[in-house]
Amino acid sequence: MEHTSRLERIIRIVLVALILIFFLFPIFWIFLMSFQTNEDILRIPPSPFFTPTISNYQALITGKLVSAAGTLDIPFMRNLWNSVLLSSVSVVIALILGVPAAYAFARFKFRLGEDIAFTLLSFRFAPPLLVLLPLSLYFQEIGLTDTYAGLIWVYQLIALPLILWIVRGYFEDISPDIEYAYRIGGHSWWRTFTRIAVPLAGPGIAAAGLLAFIFCWNNFVFALILASADKQPVTVGSLAFVTASGIQYGQIAAAIVLSVTPTLAIALYAQRYLVEGLSLGAVKG
Amino acid sequence: MTAETIQAPRRRRKTKLLPYLLSLPALLVCVGILIPFVTAVYYSMLRFRLNLPAMKGFIWFDNYINFLSDSEFWNTVRVSLLYTGLTVGVELVFGLAIAMLLQKQTRFNNLASILLLLPLMTAPALAALMWKLMTNPNFGVLSYLVQLAGVSDFKWASAPSTALFTVVLVDVWVYTPFIMILLLAGLRSLPRQPFEAAALDGVPRRFVFFRITLPMLAPYMITATLFRLLDSIQQFDIIYSMTQGGPGNTLLVFQVRSYLEFYQYTNVAKSAALLVILWAITYALSNIFIKQWLKLRERARGSA
Repeated sequence: MEHTSRLERIIRIVLVALILIFFLFPIFWIFLMSFQTNEDILRIPPSPFFTPTISNYQALITGKLVSAAGTLDIPFMRNLWNSVLLSSVSVVIALILGVPAAYAFARFKFRLGEDIAFTLLSFRFAPPLLVLLPLSLYFQEIGLTDTYAGLIWVYQLIALPLILWIVRGYFEDISPDIEYAYRIGGHSWWRTFTRIAVPLAGPGIAAAGLLAFIFCWNNFVFALILASADKQPVTVGSLAFVTASGIQYGQIAAAIVLSVTPTLAIALYAQRYLVEGLSLGAVKG
Repeated sequence: MTAETIQAPRRRRKTKLLPYLLSLPALLVCVGILIPFVTAVYYSMLRFRLNLPAMKGFIWFDNYINFLSDSEFWNTVRVSLLYTGLTVGVELVFGLAIAMLLQKQTRFNNLASILLLLPLMTAPALAALMWKLMTNPNFGVLSYLVQLAGVSDFKWASAPSTALFTVVLVDVWVYTPFIMILLLAGLRSLPRQPFEAAALDGVPRRFVFFRITLPMLAPYMITATLFRLLDSIQQFDIIYSMTQGGPGNTLLVFQVRSYLEFYQYTNVAKSAALLVILWAITYALSNIFIKQWLKLRERARGSA
């Protein structure tokens, strides 16, 4: 490996550059489009040089799209708010439920423990529609259709398994001796859990929470089936927006940019933990 | 002292119950979801259309038997397998190649591998919309570039002959980084000695790759592949937001087909039967997966 020739080094750099272009160009291009007027977008040949405008973002933020055909209401800000609400509340609930469970699986060898853990993991792999379609009929009967509560409940299927298996790994990495020492000092189990175990696994818990947030945010099919327009997150909302105003390309691009920015920012911030999180703790980053 | 001895048995029972108490809430939240699962299996054995409630009746396995002679069903099986095979195959080769290019820990390589995470963190449904804008026949930059390269009449997702290519491309764009980062972590965790010994002995690099790198990386590749197989055979987001399963029936994979069966044709029973078949496939796959994943996890924990 030390004997890399100059030619090989150049080839490597060219290849990596091509790869980066392939994977980053779409994001870059949509970002440019979001600052273009429709005339700029429709111009042939497409050009990265234009006078940027913020009118697309203005239209999205004010919720009013003024065009020759009249004024169109865009509920996109509502979708963005729904995404924030659904993802963050789901993750907080999943953390409250998941962290103690993860601790139980990591510290105690109890009957049915592994079975319960695997049942929870298996939810990660079942086809979502199998559960969602009958669930949509049940939700109609019990009045949970199109409610935040119903959606947040179903979102637990995304967030809980993730948090459970990642956080469990972090608890297993902490030596139980520290906890025993604290217990012998006369402290209750609960104090040991909240004062010693949780702070020590803190970075892991934070990483699992952020990843779960990304997964909830990026989810599409749950809300597509269980939510109507005013409860939909950005993933479903953007598609509806495309169908409703198929020709406002600049606004569509701006909506996409606003929708992906939070997850991309979190990903860059927490990238150290992503490998471990994505493989549910099977591969150390 | 006496208080302590009296309390002891009670405390022991408490610690015995404790793990159940801790994991129960999480389980209960998810068990509610098992009910619809059982319902789906039951629906799949009914004659049940939402628009014809009077016809509802129990018909055992007729829905499944009807699939055997249903060419639409076999089309769904074919498209799903093709989609899965193509995406996972391309992503594995591509992901491995990129991981090997970025293996050396330089600042540039680390930055590149971080930037490659961005597609993976984009919602697949939104990624499909991004590509839809770029392949628009009127102004899409990719349509323009393809034309510039001399291919006229390339219609991307709107023509049956290229629709599969287009959605596979989007899938590759989103998920290759997943395989890449798993394999990169794997490559960087491999012991150095075999590679140093091979370099000392002047072993050809192709030999090193096939006889040392690949076998040692195999557990990581299997885990990554199974992960992707499980997701890819269930793909919905990309295909649905790109073409809704069209044009015609070219992209009607399992989940898209059952979604349309449910909402467009209101045929609840048929939709459920399709999903139960898909579930059986994923269940078999996930059993293999979990065994493999546990092995790798054990190793990661052991070396920590």
